[in-house]
Amino acid sequence: MNKFWIILSHTYMSRVKTKSFVISTVITLLLIVGMANFQSIVDMFADDQADKIAVIDETNELFDPLNQQVENTDENIQLISYEGTVEDGKNAVQDEDYSALLVLNYNDSMLPKASYFANNISEAGKQMTLTQQLQQLKISMATEQSGISEEMLAMINAPVEFQADALDKSAKTDEELNQARGIVYVMLFLLYMSVMLYGQMIATDVATEKSSRVMEILVSSASPVTHMFAKIVGIALLGLTQVILFIGVGYLLISSKKDELTGGFFEIFGIQDTSPTVYLYAILFFILGYLLYATLAAMLGSLVSRVEDVQQLIMPMVFLILIAFFIAMFGIGTPDSALVRISSFIPFFTPMVMFLRVGMLDVPVWEVSLSIGILIASIILLAIIGARVYKGGVLMYGRSSSLKDLKKAIVLSKKE
Amino acid sequence: MVLKLNKVTKRFGTHTAVDQLSLEIPEKEMFGFLGGNGAGKTTTFRMILGLLDATEGEISWNGETINYNKSHLIGYLPEERGLYPKLTVKEQLIYLGKLRGMHKNDVLTGLKGWLDRFQVPEYLNKKVEELSKGNQQKIQFISAVLHEPKLLILDEPFSGLDPINVEMLKEAVVDLKEQGTSIVFSSHRMEHVEELCEQLCILHKGKQVVQGSLKEIKRSFGKKNLIIHAEFPVEFLADLPGVLHYKKVMEGCELQIDQEAASQEIFQALQGKGFVRKFEIEEPSLNDIFIEKVGASYE
Repeated sequence: MNKFWIILSHTYMSRVKTKSFVISTVITLLLIVGMANFQSIVDMFADDQADKIAVIDETNELFDPLNQQVENTDENIQLISYEGTVEDGKNAVQDEDYSALLVLNYNDSMLPKASYFANNISEAGKQMTLTQQLQQLKISMATEQSGISEEMLAMINAPVEFQADALDKSAKTDEELNQARGIVYVMLFLLYMSVMLYGQMIATDVATEKSSRVMEILVSSASPVTHMFAKIVGIALLGLTQVILFIGVGYLLISSKKDELTGGFFEIFGIQDTSPTVYLYAILFFILGYLLYATLAAMLGSLVSRVEDVQQLIMPMVFLILIAFFIAMFGIGTPDSALVRISSFIPFFTPMVMFLRVGMLDVPVWEVSLSIGILIASIILLAIIGARVYKGGVLMYGRSSSLKDLKKAIVLSKKE
Repeated sequence: MVLKLNKVTKRFGTHTAVDQLSLEIPEKEMFGFLGGNGAGKTTTFRMILGLLDATEGEISWNGETINYNKSHLIGYLPEERGLYPKLTVKEQLIYLGKLRGMHKNDVLTGLKGWLDRFQVPEYLNKKVEELSKGNQQKIQFISAVLHEPKLLILDEPFSGLDPINVEMLKEAVVDLKEQGTSIVFSSHRMEHVEELCEQLCILHKGKQVVQGSLKEIKRSFGKKNLIIHAEFPVEFLADLPGVLHYKKVMEGCELQIDQEAASQEIFQALQGKGFVRKFEIEEPSLNDIFIEKVGASYE
């Protein structure tokens, strides 16, 4: 046990001190700070003045209603009636007195049409606002022409009433589903990132020790199994440090900006009030998922002799997590489909897919227990195989780096 | 603390790397493993250390099997040298020392002593990748002996070193032996084994060809070398009984004879032929024995 801690702390400390770790952590923290302050940053660069748009109203009727509507919807656009010819207006835009010129007219059926002139028409936002408002105007004029009353129009425009209610008492309500969806998304991304990042780190670490040949000394002083698990847990703690740092900073930022942010992103993602069981499942599946993939990574890492070959050999692991990720993403829309149900029992997919089901549906306890059981059993099985491969693999030096070496490594660790 | 190997065999698939090896390595002695490439030396060491499991046979140390509970009593210098290139000598040895059950302070005191002894105290805070290969090897040697092991296994400890460093390391090994460490080491350099070991064994293709104390091996080998320098042609000696091998040299010849007694007849034969400058019976060198034993089994 003592040696376990020595290896663990060595793995942790030597990683924490590396430049790449410090730099990547700092950059991510800056990103988080930046994202939390996104609005302020945008405001800082945006000029406060509204964009002035010159309007030549050839109908003498459209300007006022349009102006009113635009004022109500977008305060960054200011319409100014322009007295003069279209050519004068264009020149004024080119001189940057106005940011754009809008010419209003009627078409053949006496409905509004418009021409828009600007130095460049890449900024689609303004055009969209104007188009929408003009469209509104056009609809009301057209309905008026055909004799439909205001009330009738309001009725036509009102959204259809559609109330979804689950008959099954224990099924999640619409609101709960939204919340669950949020946490499922967060968990999927976190697990995916962790496996990709830290799994790779473990494989690289093992391969580095092997390629520098220090491995033989290590495994002569501590058993390969101790070594492997100390490494897995060490890197897990490293990841935890990083995640806690990110979440901590994120939390501080969010609480300091609570007023700005509530009702936006966080309400959609339902992070504010999800039930604690979902969180517990999230933590459980996250830990189990990490362990499963980390063991696989350590095993694969022990097979290569050169760090350069790590990428190639962990491809199968990357594919597994990718498939799991895509099934889960697909499953968010259809959590009850057969594919999702079946794959939630396949250990490599369980952490993501079963969690998705638990979060979105009311899954019978025996199903959850069964999948967790299968998952734990396969972690143990993989650990046993991994330890064997590791024991043989770390002594095996060769140029080839393929999964065929797996067999060789097991042979090497066996008695004959 | 006797290290015993009893009919140890290791097979990798169909290939037999070590075949029925039986050894007894007494305490506080230096034991030499000789053998060409692929003779099974490293595999034997790995089995002694428990890195590989023997297919058949037992290995015991003081009556017990060697496992990771005993790793603080065992020092190992692998054939493939390797340290963490990015760590400093100090960090490196603190980590490896702790894994062998040492405390940090003991590592530092011990390490300073060894660095002084090897005349490289300035390496303490240097990264290993900045050191020359020979100096890395010194550091690696320190990592194997720092925890004062009772059993030290050195796989080709002197390969790749210049003569001055070889002497330095040899002295260190002899000192350790005198302090009571049992040392097992392998080499394909006969002179090192001849100089350092009381006991040795020669492996060839996994089989033990010769085993015992150096003196006994030489004595039981029987054959001797006879060096004759004379001022007259000596070719006729080649046909005398008991002469196994004749080799002409500038001043006379070197003979290999089947036993010491044969020298007397040769001595007689030389009488009256002229002036004999030198007539010397020499013990066979380990090199002769090795070539003879290993070469013979090729036939």
